[in-house]
Amino acid sequence: MKRSDIRVLILRAPGTNCDAETARAFRDLGVQVDVLHTQRIFKERNLEQYDILVFPGGFSYGDYVRSGAIWAKECEYHIGGDLERFIDEGKAVLGICNGFQLLVEAGFLPGFEGKSPYPQAALANNVPGGYHCRWVYLRHVNRGGCPLTASIPRDAVLRIPVAHGEGRFLLPRDLEREYLRRLYENDQLVLRYAKPDGSYAEGEYPFNPNGSFHDIAAICNPEGNVLGLMPHPERAYYGWQLPDWTRYEDPPRYGDGRLILESVVNYVERRF
Amino acid sequence: MNRIKRSSHPFEHYLIELRNASREELIEIAETLGLGLTPEEMEAIRDYYTLFGRPATDVELQTYDQTWSEHCYHKTFKGLIETPEGVVDGLLKTYIRRVVEELRPSWCLSVFEDNAGIIEFDEEHAIAVKVETHNHPSAIEPFGGAATGTGGVIRDVLGVWADPIACTDVLCFGPLDTPYEALPRGVKHPTYLFRGVVAGIGAYGNNMGIPTVNGAIYFDEGYIGNVVVYAGCIGIMRKDEYIRAVKPGDWIVLAGGRTGLDGIHGVTFASAELTEESEVVSRPAVQIPNPIEEEKLKRAIRAVAEEHLGSGITDLGGGGLSCAVCETAHRYGLGAEVWLDRVPLKYPKMAPWEIWVSESQERMLLAVPPENLERVLEIFQDEQTEATPIGRYREGEVVEVYYRGVRVAQIDLESLFKPPRVRRRTTWRPPKLEEPSFPMPKNLGEMLKRLLASPNISSREEVIRTYDHEVKGLTVVKPLHGWNAGPSDAAVLKPVEDSWRGLAISCGLKPRYGLIDPYWMAASSIDEAVRNNLAVGGRRIALLDNFTWGNPEKEDRLGGLVYACRACYDVAKAYGMPFISGKDSLYNESPLGPVTPTLLITALGIVPDIRRVVTLDLKRVGDPLYIIGVTKPELGGSEYYRLMGFLGASVPRLKPSETIKAYRRLLEAMDRGLVRACHDLSEGGLAVAAAEMAFTGWLGLEIDLDAVPAEGVMRPDQLLFSESNGRLLVEVVEGRESEFEELMADSPNARIGRVVEEENLIILSGGETLVNLSLKELIEAWKTPLGA
Repeated sequence: MKRSDIRVLILRAPGTNCDAETARAFRDLGVQVDVLHTQRIFKERNLEQYDILVFPGGFSYGDYVRSGAIWAKECEYHIGGDLERFIDEGKAVLGICNGFQLLVEAGFLPGFEGKSPYPQAALANNVPGGYHCRWVYLRHVNRGGCPLTASIPRDAVLRIPVAHGEGRFLLPRDLEREYLRRLYENDQLVLRYAKPDGSYAEGEYPFNPNGSFHDIAAICNPEGNVLGLMPHPERAYYGWQLPDWTRYEDPPRYGDGRLILESVVNYVERRF
Repeated sequence: MNRIKRSSHPFEHYLIELRNASREELIEIAETLGLGLTPEEMEAIRDYYTLFGRPATDVELQTYDQTWSEHCYHKTFKGLIETPEGVVDGLLKTYIRRVVEELRPSWCLSVFEDNAGIIEFDEEHAIAVKVETHNHPSAIEPFGGAATGTGGVIRDVLGVWADPIACTDVLCFGPLDTPYEALPRGVKHPTYLFRGVVAGIGAYGNNMGIPTVNGAIYFDEGYIGNVVVYAGCIGIMRKDEYIRAVKPGDWIVLAGGRTGLDGIHGVTFASAELTEESEVVSRPAVQIPNPIEEEKLKRAIRAVAEEHLGSGITDLGGGGLSCAVCETAHRYGLGAEVWLDRVPLKYPKMAPWEIWVSESQERMLLAVPPENLERVLEIFQDEQTEATPIGRYREGEVVEVYYRGVRVAQIDLESLFKPPRVRRRTTWRPPKLEEPSFPMPKNLGEMLKRLLASPNISSREEVIRTYDHEVKGLTVVKPLHGWNAGPSDAAVLKPVEDSWRGLAISCGLKPRYGLIDPYWMAASSIDEAVRNNLAVGGRRIALLDNFTWGNPEKEDRLGGLVYACRACYDVAKAYGMPFISGKDSLYNESPLGPVTPTLLITALGIVPDIRRVVTLDLKRVGDPLYIIGVTKPELGGSEYYRLMGFLGASVPRLKPSETIKAYRRLLEAMDRGLVRACHDLSEGGLAVAAAEMAFTGWLGLEIDLDAVPAEGVMRPDQLLFSESNGRLLVEVVEGRESEFEELMADSPNARIGRVVEEENLIILSGGETLVNLSLKELIEAWKTPLGA
């Protein structure tokens, strides 16, 4: 499929607030982008017109109850079947921050046996507590099972910011070992929080900024076409967004966030 | 009281007979109705009603009360002030607005007229900016007070149709280690206020998706009884979106959240002193924040703006509907008709006057031409937020308010907007202060570390991290710079996608200097804000003033205010930088006395090309370090003196006509690519600034103190920690020293050191090493948590 024919849908709900910069980044990649209120999609039910679906960051419905929970239930109720079809067709779904929270709340991630009727994981309150906005190091640990990040070399260390109050990836305590084993077996781990040298953060703050289990920052579904991540690639898209870009004599044109978004686009380009 | 009678209508509505009322009766009426009007103002209102020949209604009197409050009308800044040097005919006109009226810059599009000041950004775009105070509510309920402060100032920017893209916050608290025993009854502990205010600001800005990019936190004993919360917002719009063309027949549309009993008499509360009873009496005056409601409102308003569907807009802040309707009607020389029973309420059974003055949050008032009404309502529906036509503008300068078919108020706008002018007197005598004399500390490195760790200098990281400062992905220079999170002088945004033009946002405040001399406090605040802006390459600077002062009816408080205003004129005029917006908060008094008089200056500059932006971190080993400006024995009010337990008398002064020359040359050096790093010298002086540059860039620095241009003979500790104005440190590209020196030749400057590989800050004088500290020690001291 030609890149310029690829259609990206960025959904928003009341409280979504990262849609504009996410759209800007995708447009820069040469694809077509629509930003639409979910109410409209609930009415028009036209997901099938799109190739990439993005749930961007924000505080959907104020993130009351749990982050992303209300929007997730709303989406399940109105377009749950459409979403499952979209995913079954192998199209790409990306959830960033609040979007990741939504995908977990809606049972799409980790989605060991397809969509789960109840959440199989959680993005819990940060430890240490509170909202934190900071740049982190992320190691790309996927072995190829996630086609959405296939363009990124394995073990590459990316620099991208996080900004959230509830990003601590957790698995049910009694199933923790088993679920982690399955995440490994299915090659569902994508990004893990790391130190500047690329070694894993091992829970050490602030390298692991939120106390996530196993330093997990991003996972995909077993098929690899649904990706959820807490960091914000759209905020690390251009070189001038980097925290230290003024130190370079010749600053880089792009940041590491572009690698992720471009890899998603590459996947659709090749696959369809 | 037999002058107040309930009407025969089946809802709460009172008629008040003012005609022939005595002064005592008027005072009693005001008290019964909870009005903040003075006896003189009540007399003026009585005279109107005598003229009209009818009793007043409760809705009408409440309207006068709201409109004439200090908070809404700024009586003090517009009044006559008798000073020892003669009568000042309006502080705002004489000192603040005069700068822009004399300079007449073509890039000022709307100043002191609308909800926010509007300046040109580029040919197509305009920037809107406003900074508000929310001190009184934050003292009672810090989370809600600060959050609604942010929410309110965002609506000020929406209130000129602009898209809010950044927030600022400047906060002043009592020391976090204040003992509980030192707090009078009713005063909350600084730590409680600090945590609540910071959480409130973060929650609102983060939820709205507007980055909080610049600010300051200042601690001083003078804030124990009076917390100070400044919240700012900057927005951008296409110039053609700024529409002000309300015509008779246009609909008055109330949009956003519902109206409730929260925020009743907020302006009256904000225009009075805080007392022990404030907690109980004024709790209902604090509004309840709901940022998601405002996020929806923002989307809808921006859509209306982009389609040019409205003819006017304003936010509902102080005074609620009463101020918003009357002010907009008055601005366009119109009147209006409003049907209060159409206002969507949070719960039934609110009295008409309560609906009329409620300050419930997240509401905006739009004027919509009849042919666009349907489309506007559809936009709001699409965003899942309410919008209701509640009235229409019409000819004739009278506002008529109806409730269930009954006219409950008929307000003559001419009399409403002609309150009796206040006349106040001032006396201000310089306090008797002495310059301390103490032996020089032996270990100046230790002093530097203690300064870096002191609450007014140390890192604000623990606060800034809780604010999303990167959402929207426009933040080119972040408040925490680089991986070591050093203190940026200003934030820089890149607001337009296909343009490299940047916007620099900085601030300055020097409250402690005001304890010595309010004139030099104000001058220093402006200079600091300007230096901060300049340090990143900002130019064409616009200024905003925000005064937080004590009770202006007390002559000494007002005297200081007049001197501060004078400095604003003198410095801004000499710098050629106009004030474009401002806001004052007076009556900041508590059982502990007046607030430390505080002037916040916010500066907005243009960075022509962000690829040329300058940051504070040292960048290359071998580069020479220059200081611009003269270091003087000016330690009065300095952080160094505070640490030693003194206030002092030698407050930093300023010769604006000289410093501005150096500033212009420095910008030229930046444009020629001669400058790799630049940092402003402020609290803690040269030593602190040098340390910050070093640990942010993680490169060492060697400084020869004897090379620093100084006035008279100064001790090394004075050279290191003096806070003289007009100074910056500059890392110049190695090999281009002569070019730089030639450019700066007619302004005081000197090469004082160089960047070194060794990870230490070394300061030498007279062949001795005064300071030799590792970057690790310095940054660890600086990162001491607040309240530790």
